[in-house]
Amino acid sequence: MRTLKQFGLFWYDFVVGDDWRVAALVVAGLAVTAVLVHVAGVNAWWLLPLCAFAALGWSLHRATATKK
Amino acid sequence: MNALPLVLTVFVACAVEAVEALTIVLAAGVTREWKSTFQGMAAALVALAVVTAVVGPAISYLPLTALRLAVGALLAIFGLQWLRKAVLRATGYKALHDEASAYLREVAAAREAATESRRGVSDWYAFTLAFKGVLLEGLEVVFIVITFGDNQHDVLAASVGAVAAIVVVVLAGVAVKAPLTKVPENWMKFAVGVMLTSFGTFWGAEGAGVAWPGNDAALLVLVPAVALVSAASIFWLRSRSAARQPADAAAPQEVIN
Repeated sequence: MRTLKQFGLFWYDFVVGDDWRVAALVVAGLAVTAVLVHVAGVNAWWLLPLCAFAALGWSLHRATATKK
Repeated sequence: MNALPLVLTVFVACAVEAVEALTIVLAAGVTREWKSTFQGMAAALVALAVVTAVVGPAISYLPLTALRLAVGALLAIFGLQWLRKAVLRATGYKALHDEASAYLREVAAAREAATESRRGVSDWYAFTLAFKGVLLEGLEVVFIVITFGDNQHDVLAASVGAVAAIVVVVLAGVAVKAPLTKVPENWMKFAVGVMLTSFGTFWGAEGAGVAWPGNDAALLVLVPAVALVSAASIFWLRSRSAARQPADAAAPQEVIN
């Protein structure tokens, strides 16, 4: 059980890294993009880059705001 | 698409990881014993080869849309984490990864550890140190080679970039016989972060059903845009840091290995 937990933690750390919010925002951006394209018929190519920029800015703001 | 960006991205990413692995291997070999260190390295390389042989072909069986969606998401997340770390280090919020001090830390720990023979390995500490170092750094390389290679249908070009980086770093390590402290690791990580984020965003959006304006040519806008936003965030954090605490703006807050 302990080994399994360590294995899971390793992969979480490997993929998600220091800030899970970055991963959450990217996944949410992809989901909304898919909905816009397939349901609303909008070619939302601009959405994911905006989500990536927002995720980076938000994560950096949080990391530095708590430290300084 | 031209294979050059693929080869260069994999080369730089792999070089960064190889430099870090070299530091650990050198610490194990110089302080403990080379034979057990090489055994640990060899075991890690075999494990990485198995992972590549199993995961690589398995991923290529996925439909292209699903592959781009999953791989794009992973690459974008991975790239943003690299960028985050590189920006925080460039602005002094985290200490720069220093190969010289990392080497000294590993050497000090290796000197204190007891020598124990296990499973045909004369120095188990040196074996596990080298094994873990090469495996952990190598996994990132394998991930990048497989995802970039499969998406571009050019695993060979990605592998060439990876092998070339390992050869260059190993030759440099043999020549210098010390950790490669002069390598601008943080800026290499920044560049790789930009490429991973850009390609991840591009492929992820394509997997979600988007048609990029200009198709592949959109990358010529996306890569500079990601680089620009990331560079701007460095200036933003530097100016904010200077405005808040001018006296100790450059003081590192946290050490990351």
